Amino acid sequence: MSTSDDKRPADAEAAEAAAAVSGATAADVAVDDRPAVADGEVLLDVRNLGKHFPVHAGLLRRQVAAVKAVDGVSFSVRKGETLGLVGESGCGKTTTGRMVMRLLDSSFGKITFEGQDITKLSQKRMRPLRRDIQMIFQDPYSSLNPRQTVGAIVGAAFRLQKIDTKVPVKKAVQELLELVGLNPEHYNRYPHEFSGGQRQRIGIARTLALRPKLIVADEPVSALDVSVQAQVVNLLEDLQDELDLTYVVIAHDLSVVRHIADRVAVMYLGKIVEIADRNDLYERPMHPYTNALLSAVPIPDPAERENRKRIRLQGDVPSPLEPPPACRFHTRCWKAQDICKEKEPPLVELSPGHEAACHFPENTTVSATDLVAAQTAALKGQAAEASVVKGEPDDDD
Amino acid sequence: MDEGTGGTVDGAKSFLDVRDLRIHFPTDDGLVKSVDGLSFRLERGRTLGIVGESGSGKSVTSLGILGLHNRRNAQVSGEIWLNGTELVSAPPEDVRKLRGREMSMIFQDPLSSMHPHYTVGKQIIEAYRVHNDVSKQVARKHAIDMLGRVGIPRPDRRVDDYPHQFSGGMRQRAMIAMALSCDPELLIADEPTTALDVTVQAQILDLIRDLQQEFNSAIIMITHDLGVVAELADDILVMYGGRCVEYGGVDDVFHRPEHPYTWGLLGSMPRLDRPPSERLMPIKGTPPSLINLPTGCAFNPRCAYEGLTEGKATTERPELRETSPGHSVACHMAAERRRRIWTDEIAPKL
Amino acid sequence: MGAIALLLVISAVTFAIFFLLPRLAGTTNDDLAARFAGKAPTPETVAAVKERLGFDDPIAVQYGDFIKAVVVGDTYDTGTAKIDCPAPCFGYSFRTNTNVTDQLLDRIPVTLSLVVGAAVLWLAIGVAIGVLSALRRGSFFDRAAMLIALAGVSLPIFFTGLLSLTFVVHAWGLLPPVSYHSFLDNPFAWAGNLILPWVTLAFLYAAMYARMTRAGMLETLNEDYIRTARAKGLPENKVITKHALRATLTPLLTLFGLDIGLLLGGAVLTEKTFSLAGLGRLALDGVNGSDLPVVLGVVMVAAIFIVLANLVVDVLYGVVDPRVRHS
Repeated sequence: MSTSDDKRPADAEAAEAAAAVSGATAADVAVDDRPAVADGEVLLDVRNLGKHFPVHAGLLRRQVAAVKAVDGVSFSVRKGETLGLVGESGCGKTTTGRMVMRLLDSSFGKITFEGQDITKLSQKRMRPLRRDIQMIFQDPYSSLNPRQTVGAIVGAAFRLQKIDTKVPVKKAVQELLELVGLNPEHYNRYPHEFSGGQRQRIGIARTLALRPKLIVADEPVSALDVSVQAQVVNLLEDLQDELDLTYVVIAHDLSVVRHIADRVAVMYLGKIVEIADRNDLYERPMHPYTNALLSAVPIPDPAERENRKRIRLQGDVPSPLEPPPACRFHTRCWKAQDICKEKEPPLVELSPGHEAACHFPENTTVSATDLVAAQTAALKGQAAEASVVKGEPDDDD
Repeated sequence: MDEGTGGTVDGAKSFLDVRDLRIHFPTDDGLVKSVDGLSFRLERGRTLGIVGESGSGKSVTSLGILGLHNRRNAQVSGEIWLNGTELVSAPPEDVRKLRGREMSMIFQDPLSSMHPHYTVGKQIIEAYRVHNDVSKQVARKHAIDMLGRVGIPRPDRRVDDYPHQFSGGMRQRAMIAMALSCDPELLIADEPTTALDVTVQAQILDLIRDLQQEFNSAIIMITHDLGVVAELADDILVMYGGRCVEYGGVDDVFHRPEHPYTWGLLGSMPRLDRPPSERLMPIKGTPPSLINLPTGCAFNPRCAYEGLTEGKATTERPELRETSPGHSVACHMAAERRRRIWTDEIAPKL
Repeated sequence: MGAIALLLVISAVTFAIFFLLPRLAGTTNDDLAARFAGKAPTPETVAAVKERLGFDDPIAVQYGDFIKAVVVGDTYDTGTAKIDCPAPCFGYSFRTNTNVTDQLLDRIPVTLSLVVGAAVLWLAIGVAIGVLSALRRGSFFDRAAMLIALAGVSLPIFFTGLLSLTFVVHAWGLLPPVSYHSFLDNPFAWAGNLILPWVTLAFLYAAMYARMTRAGMLETLNEDYIRTARAKGLPENKVITKHALRATLTPLLTLFGLDIGLLLGGAVLTEKTFSLAGLGRLALDGVNGSDLPVVLGVVMVAAIFIVLANLVVDVLYGVVDPRVRHS
């Protein structure tokens, strides 16, 4: 498998020139615009997606800067798999999710769903697709209308999208409630009569009513108690098996993501720094940031206290308003050298299916020369594509 | 009185000795028994982790020790001995004078916990000057010194910044500096890292660990995250429905837990040190409301082993009993049986 | 900058209301000139006024003349005499044969005295009662205070004003009749003769401020930083004054500025009730007497007060709340 992915070039000028780039690169340079697919059909493909929020100031409200919330991310999600997007606050994972949902317009890049470019689809033309792409929110309570009964909330989904339920709507809703582990007799109750975990189940039932193909779950369990968290995680897993769902799970909790994701993308300041199969990523993390993240997760075993190697990052995540130049992680990285401040490392495939954006990756057998060659090729690939590929920057820089 | 959970009951009091603490709040819907008969002990230089889910009473316990619970409508009984002083029956003014000096607290959200209109320095200076009769200049020097000790770079400049100008991690450091400014002997940390990013959480946990060595204070770490207590605590108290269901050394609780609720918590956590393919083992149901706690054992409606209690689960509240030295459990099941279930059924699946 | 732009907009709108709308409703330039000329004018006077005031000019030119007069002054020719109207000239009332600016300057001290005195009273009383009510929520004091506050908010000024006049001044003779004396001439007479309008006006506003302070205080007391202040071991009185009050009063500041600005433009009801010759009365008389230049002048001054008050509030807000300053 070689998922193509891109990275924007190292220095600022090149970055500008390639702002519109969507790209593909692998260690052996498969310069290919089309997402390469080995196993499973690609459901969602995201190329060089970005979102810059303009910052206005002064009397005339001129744009003085841009918060580069997401700055060129690429990934694809195959049917039936779960992609985890992890990162700390401000890394752009939620913004990415909202762009994929088309709740937020992207500044540049391309989103393809089932082969159809949905990046610029109008709300009207998006509507039939809304059924297929659904979202699960962090706070189940605020996303449920307090004045509607559970039956009405879940049933509305059927009615709105005119789904033929074959059985009466009430029966269909009750079946769904049962599927997500709620008592079907609670059909006439209101959201406030339920606990947090049950509300999340209601949210999931509403989502499932539309029989979506892709579910974007933004921190689906982080507002829940530990014991309830596990119930919802198991439920999401069971539903995936039963209904052949595809998930993009956005979360800050690396343990949760490891548990439910098949592949994981690690984001830092608007960029993907590493993407790999779950086991690969957690057992052989290549990017120093991934290493640091994993090492920071507390392990619930006191025996591990002394044994663990600890990597402690200094300071907090820098502001996405003024991200550090070149490799954005260099200000907090213990391996950083001069090149990290000068050249941005593109995301390259260092072992099958395992890509990292780093000048000094760990856990890899790729030699320094090969790495440089791959990175150069990757950048070339991007530049070559820049002349071919669409994707216009609007409020970029 | 319940048997002291921290060891045998004797006349000698520990540095912090909480005995049969009850904090109830009468409401229109009924009596909320936030804390209902809690006992534990803590010595200087040790860290106690109090673990529980929402509504377990863990936060009310900490506020109650500091006397910060809503006094207007709370019914408090029991004893809290801090360094030989009993706090429950003490006049509020006396407890007030101990707050900040002998015992202090850091909170979950450092942004909302600091006054937005005053500089960080001013708030630390204020904390110091309440209990120390010093000039503003001296207090300011002390504030800068404290900010430096909690790892804030260029403290002489940051001292004049407002909370919103600090990053999340720096704010929590400043909160810690403020809490430690009078060198208290007891520090209560209520979910101190829950609002922080994981890399920053690791920094703050390191900081608390280092500062404890430096100040030799007793720390109560309140959290829902078993990972955090495993990193930091010496002893662990698991709370459920306003009571302690299991208490013991960190090794006992993590490696030889005997309460079904503790098993449930351990089984619910996805963890990085176990194969990811294993299915989580959640506890059924949801945490109970403190107004209508189930009769008998509060955990019984969610307990997978409720049938093994000879019918006592719904009629009798299990007392906290020592099962091995320093390890107590409140469960109707026979100790022998609990141990067998853990070793045969639970541990292999974790 | 913004403030001046805002004033220009307000003046343009006001100007349009008085000069453009009547025309749209079918009023001729002659009718309009008649209004400026005072009661029962001869056709000659009307024609002269129309000519002098340039009513036949395009509206934009007229507005330009009006603004120009405010900035550099103007000279009016009545036919018999030339009247000099130095800047800032808000027009000339042909009905009373007086310079509008002079009239305004004459009235401003009255309104200013009334509003400033009342504002001090209502702020002190309203905030104090609000804080005490919040601290003793549910107590007898709280309930009584909130009941009285409800009355204060509901009862109209002319009712409370006339009632107090009838009893305090006329029936019991506790206070001298209400009148205005210059503060500079005799501060005691100034204060003594204004007590009743102060109290009456302050009653209404103190009631509103007490309710808002109470609500704000209750909210603030639940804030995390109040808990932190207590956790430091701060005595309760300091927790309240230094931490809770500061946060509670900040949003009240905006309101206070706006209220002052609004009232300075004329506390119409209070002035009317107590027969005080302030800006509000001037406007009222101007409307009754169809004296458009006067009405226009008062509206402009009122607008200036409101804009100024807003400006002051914005600056103060930055001082009080550093988050505003840094954003």
